Amino acid sequence: MKKVFLRSVSWLPALLFLGGFFFYPFGRILSLSLDSSALAPANLERSASALGFTLYQALLSTILTLLTGLPAAWLFARFEFRGRSLLRAMTAVPFMLPTVVVAAAFNALLGPRGWLNLSLMALLDLDTPPLAFVGSLGAILLAHVFYNTTIVIRLVGNALAHLDPRLVQAARSLGGGPFDAMRRVTLPLLRPSLLAAALLVFLFDFTSFGVVLLLGGPQFATLEVETYIQAMHLLDLPFAALLSAIQLGCTLLFSLLYSRLSARRGVLLSPRPADSNLRRAKSLPARLFVAGMALLLAGMFVLPLLALPLRSVTVLDAPPGGSAGPGTGASAAYYRELFINRQDSVFYVPPIQAAVNSLIYAGLTVLLSLGMAFPAAAALSRPGRLERLLDPFLLLPLGASAVTLGLGFLVSFGKYLASPWMPPLAHTLIALPFVIRTLQPALASIPDRLRQAAAALGASPRRAWLAVDWPIIRRAALAGAVFAFTVSLGEFGATALVTRPEYPTLPVAIYRFLSLPGGVHYGQAMAMATLLLLLTTAGILLIERLRLPGMEEF
Amino acid sequence: MKRLAFYILPAVLFLAACTPPQPAALTIMTTDSFSISESVAAAFEQANGVTLVFLHSGDAGAMLNKAILTRAAPLADIIYGVDNTFLSRALEADIIEPYPSPLLAEVSPEFALDPASRLLPVDYGDVCINYDKAWFAANSLPVPGSLEDLLQPEYNGLLVVENPATSSPGLAFLLATVAHFGDPGYLEFWAALRANGLVVVDGWDTAYFTNFSASSGQGAQPLVVSYGSSPVVEVIYAAGPLTEAPTGSILGPDACFRQVEFAGILRGTANRAMAEKFLDFMLGVQFQEDLPLQMFVYPVNPQAALPEVFVQFSEIPSQPASLPPEAIAANREAWIAAWTETVLR
Repeated sequence: MKKVFLRSVSWLPALLFLGGFFFYPFGRILSLSLDSSALAPANLERSASALGFTLYQALLSTILTLLTGLPAAWLFARFEFRGRSLLRAMTAVPFMLPTVVVAAAFNALLGPRGWLNLSLMALLDLDTPPLAFVGSLGAILLAHVFYNTTIVIRLVGNALAHLDPRLVQAARSLGGGPFDAMRRVTLPLLRPSLLAAALLVFLFDFTSFGVVLLLGGPQFATLEVETYIQAMHLLDLPFAALLSAIQLGCTLLFSLLYSRLSARRGVLLSPRPADSNLRRAKSLPARLFVAGMALLLAGMFVLPLLALPLRSVTVLDAPPGGSAGPGTGASAAYYRELFINRQDSVFYVPPIQAAVNSLIYAGLTVLLSLGMAFPAAAALSRPGRLERLLDPFLLLPLGASAVTLGLGFLVSFGKYLASPWMPPLAHTLIALPFVIRTLQPALASIPDRLRQAAAALGASPRRAWLAVDWPIIRRAALAGAVFAFTVSLGEFGATALVTRPEYPTLPVAIYRFLSLPGGVHYGQAMAMATLLLLLTTAGILLIERLRLPGMEEF
Repeated sequence: MKRLAFYILPAVLFLAACTPPQPAALTIMTTDSFSISESVAAAFEQANGVTLVFLHSGDAGAMLNKAILTRAAPLADIIYGVDNTFLSRALEADIIEPYPSPLLAEVSPEFALDPASRLLPVDYGDVCINYDKAWFAANSLPVPGSLEDLLQPEYNGLLVVENPATSSPGLAFLLATVAHFGDPGYLEFWAALRANGLVVVDGWDTAYFTNFSASSGQGAQPLVVSYGSSPVVEVIYAAGPLTEAPTGSILGPDACFRQVEFAGILRGTANRAMAEKFLDFMLGVQFQEDLPLQMFVYPVNPQAALPEVFVQFSEIPSQPASLPPEAIAANREAWIAAWTETVLR
């Protein structure tokens, strides 16, 4: 009886939160706007084609992300090399970048007049750009890989780092080849984290909005894009509600499928200290792998992002000859301009204040989501009937239509939307399912016998938690914190909906600059984006270095 | 104990979130492009002992949608930024209280599109095609003078437009072609434009900063659907001082679509008297003269003087396109759907 009570209590914060800030507003907007007029044949046909495309691109993107992410996870979990932690932090940076900024960066690199096309034209003596990248399915896929690889690196990488290498050694010494060992030992042990990563990546691709709109162009429409067009531009709320209901139904199906697949309980092992598996590459193939993979990741993640700081210090004069290269000069003018309210506008945002707002929101989001995720994930890792029932619903906020949820917030909370507490709450809604899914496999991997041993040796529950649980889940907790932090820093849609213009965040400020013509505005947006970039990288590095006082380095 | 704090914190935050906003405030729902000088806002606040709160609520369509959804408990006292493409929709939804401001007498009558004085005109501007002066000079091509010119083979692949389903200037430009070529003639024009290498993107910022060749994005198209005032903004916010705008607007017949923006009192306000005062203020000279440099639009009150830089650099079309708001309300969805079929599928 007491156990049931305890379990319910550990669920309570997360459930109350999701109930109040997700299920209530979402249910409210659906019940307000859904009616039979949405079921017109033309609407059904359009929904079907949007659903088809959404599934197709999400599946392709997920496969590509796993193909990139798994070797990268292996690299970070197994090898020590110079610049490892910086590169690892950089792979998480895209996660927080607003889509407009990513689109600008990709365009600078791969667009019709991007560096790649210009160099190819010069090299091959061509008149037209050889690569048509922006506005293709390829652009959508590449951007999804760019955004989501970090999920695989972190989730699967954590599991890999804790894996006991003696198991593989045992398999090898029993006569198994390296592939046998991989197939029969490593992969089954990685299964829970692999599934969790694949599901999260898939859901992010499934609900993709900005990437499809900005990089894919108008000929591609996912369910979320279609919902946005219907709700915000054609003002057809019934149809928008139908689309979001379809999307929500699909998310629930994926969630159920995941719960089904991960129901088989993983083998419990003695997890290893994370860094004990790290070594420098010695053999030639290992060295080639490390060098090749590190270069590839640097090319993928650092190169596009370089465009932002470069643009932010490059002052483009009015191009004298049109298509001829622009006259340029390096300068800090755009950064100085950030500090001047040239327009004397009420909405001028001092950059420091935007950064402070962003950091406060991000800090609150980390606290809120970790605080609610811990007990819920602990309950989930030892699932009873209650957990099996509730589990699939936890992920719904990630797969639900953000546009529709935003409207749900509007009809449910009205004037309270303008409260400065709203942005961190909205960000927590996005981060929470994520953090729970990150913590859960780690918590599930702790064998009870370790806790029992600690208790038998006389440790108090608190001491046992510090000595047993925490070292094992530290990585997962930090990964969760990084996700919550980056989600909050980069989030734009919800923030734009719920903030008063007086408390803008960095992404909101960037959008404001990009909504006006003029070279100075563009430069300021790039300068602000660079600021966001630096802040996030610093934040991630800092979080990953956090240690609880008195803790062993694990 | 520490873990207990984790449980309590969300509850505390939730309670804190429920603290209502402070009283003696007048709330104005605006589009994201709204801006006002600190001094002008302060002048009204001091004269009337009130705090002005502005809610940026998306573009005109998104804002109107939000206002309609929250009609039972309005988020604001005043809505500002509903344009003539959404005017009828707002009036049909019956979310605005009439207020025949005495200052309407000063406004040019062509802008007063709501005879019942629910939505009052405040500013106007034109959606026009901007061209890159340097590009056309370097390539020795004449600048296209009209919509028909855009179909000439020498302009193949040079024009970028916004998707009217996701962009307000995109919709305005579509309406200009409907006004000029009629329905269904506009579809033939768009089919021909598509055959002539038309580029379509989702929104204004992509079109202008990524595709347009004269902006800092250094894009591939020297023609973009933007605003008639964009060349002026290019001068004001250029990296260095300019004596001539780097871009211009194509001003041929019906090539620009005139957008008029309206303000009105939201039904159910508890601040009706103060809201009336602010509407009067919006039509008055001080606010009207503040408009051009804050939002790059033109005042509807002819007594408001234009800033020097506007007088010097702005070009106003003599024959902008327009359509009756009722016709727009009745056909918007159908026009966009037909456009999507013709241009994107």
